[in-house]
Amino acid sequence: MIASQLPALQVVIPLLGAAVAALTRRSAIAWGIALAVSWTMPLISGALLLQVLTSGPITYSLGGWNPPWGIEYRIDLLNGFVLVLVSLIGAVIIPYARASVEQEIPQGRGAWFYTMYLLCLCGLLGIAITADAFNAFVFLEVSSLSTYVLIALGRDRRALLAAYQYLILGTIGATFYVIGVGLLYTMTGTLNLADIAGRLSEVENARPVLAALAFLTVGISLKLALFPLHVWLPNAYAYAPSAATAFLAATATKVAVYLLIRFFFTVFGVIFVFKTLPVSPIFLALSLAAMFGASIVAVFQNDVKRMLAYSSVAQIGYITLGIALANQDGLTGGIVHLFNHAITKGALFLVMGAVLFRTGSVKLEDLAGLAKRMPISMGAFVVAGLSIIGTPGTAGFISKWYLALGALERGDWWLVFLLVGSSVISIIYIGRVVEATWFRPAGKLASGAREPPRSMLIPALILVAATVYFGFDTTLTVGVAEKAAAALLEGIR
Amino acid sequence: MFVFTDIIAHYNQWVTVFLMVAGLYIVVARGNMVKKLVGLSLFQTSVYLLYISAGKILGGTPPIIEAGREVYSNPLPHVLILTAIVVGVATLALGLALVVRINEAFGTIEEDEIFAEDAE
Repeated sequence: MIASQLPALQVVIPLLGAAVAALTRRSAIAWGIALAVSWTMPLISGALLLQVLTSGPITYSLGGWNPPWGIEYRIDLLNGFVLVLVSLIGAVIIPYARASVEQEIPQGRGAWFYTMYLLCLCGLLGIAITADAFNAFVFLEVSSLSTYVLIALGRDRRALLAAYQYLILGTIGATFYVIGVGLLYTMTGTLNLADIAGRLSEVENARPVLAALAFLTVGISLKLALFPLHVWLPNAYAYAPSAATAFLAATATKVAVYLLIRFFFTVFGVIFVFKTLPVSPIFLALSLAAMFGASIVAVFQNDVKRMLAYSSVAQIGYITLGIALANQDGLTGGIVHLFNHAITKGALFLVMGAVLFRTGSVKLEDLAGLAKRMPISMGAFVVAGLSIIGTPGTAGFISKWYLALGALERGDWWLVFLLVGSSVISIIYIGRVVEATWFRPAGKLASGAREPPRSMLIPALILVAATVYFGFDTTLTVGVAEKAAAALLEGIR
Repeated sequence: MFVFTDIIAHYNQWVTVFLMVAGLYIVVARGNMVKKLVGLSLFQTSVYLLYISAGKILGGTPPIIEAGREVYSNPLPHVLILTAIVVGVATLALGLALVVRINEAFGTIEEDEIFAEDAE
């Protein structure tokens, strides 16, 4: 009985949890609720993915209204995978948030942090699970509005500016998305994604469809911080509370990437987007610009959280590169990197949150010699850093390997060199942090530091362990991504 | 002929596009944070018109089954836009709240003044 309601529960539980957490007004109780909710989510998403793997896609009619009239929740391999990713990250970060939030969020506002965290989780899971274009917009705004608040809760006053800038750009992005959906709706008369896909081929006048694709692409690209639409991201990540940064970096952009893949491959179709239109070269160019431009900017950052934020822009370039390649291995690499980058960057931001917790700074010069005082944390940073670089034996290597295979499959061997070249730049910025923390004499701030409390250390170590584990055992990540990519590319064969 | 078929017959679309571009322009061109939000609201509002025009049928009535009424307007865009209005109000409220906080923290809501102050 309850098993058939799992898709709805995936979204309803965090929504109700957020409402209850808001009513309690007490930070400790709100945290308890957030813990209970976020630890339930992976169980549900895991059960859903298992069901998809054994018996194919699940469809769920919300309120008993059959699609395409009612809102449909539809889970296939791709979004089942994204649901598992988002809910796992949400579950890992909540225990960490307790100590971090207590220190970083002004007294009496802790409960609001957890309320917004749960709302954001609800929105992100909602975008991933829904098969209705307008419903996805509503969830997009649920997650975005809560994200703005999460960022504004940062203790630096510049966090307010970052939140405001993101609000302006995020709203423009979301509005572009609605315009695109509106154009699609006027041409097809439906909002169900599969139904739109079916009816688009019958549309005679292609111009509104082209306009819709353009609006959707730009709108979603703003949300996923595709270069050069990434300007909101560095400040937002640098000034948000540590737990929020880790959560957003690991999930928010990834869900937007998922939405883009959904529209490109499921709704508009591979042939239309990649054969008829020059989407592939445009995305290829922008991805490469992100991989190099953002990486080079990251090298010159002195605030490590900002450095990691620019690195995120670069890594998103790898994911969109996988989309641009639009072949089996390339798309597999993109989807795998979605997962691998989420756990890697989550781990790095968690470690930096722990550093901020103990030293009160994430400036490079303040971190000198920190490894002597916080050897486990900084060791974790090195391992996760290796995964960003893409060293064999870490998760980052697996995704870059598949991207390289995808490039070779197209005969673009020069892309492989560029992939390696961009990795070399990431060695420099990760190397700067490693050099400062491990090889320099301890500064004033660092010598007073010690390892963070276990509630913060263990979540970070779990994610670091995951980056190593998924560097060796790829049955979950590559196994699912390969099948998902094959299903997405079905139209091309 | 062009004037009639492309401009007057689609005047609501033209109004939509005008509001859209005007709103975006205000967001980009103004440094005052409240004015930016006004532009953003205008931009969002233009989308309401885009949806509603598509749902309106000339001579159509609200979709209530009644003898003698056979042409109904499509209710779905109206419902969607009700949702979008709620989203727009929430965004505007949150944006204004942020501007109030920014004013408290920086003493100004002019973007260039804040950036000048921040650079020091």
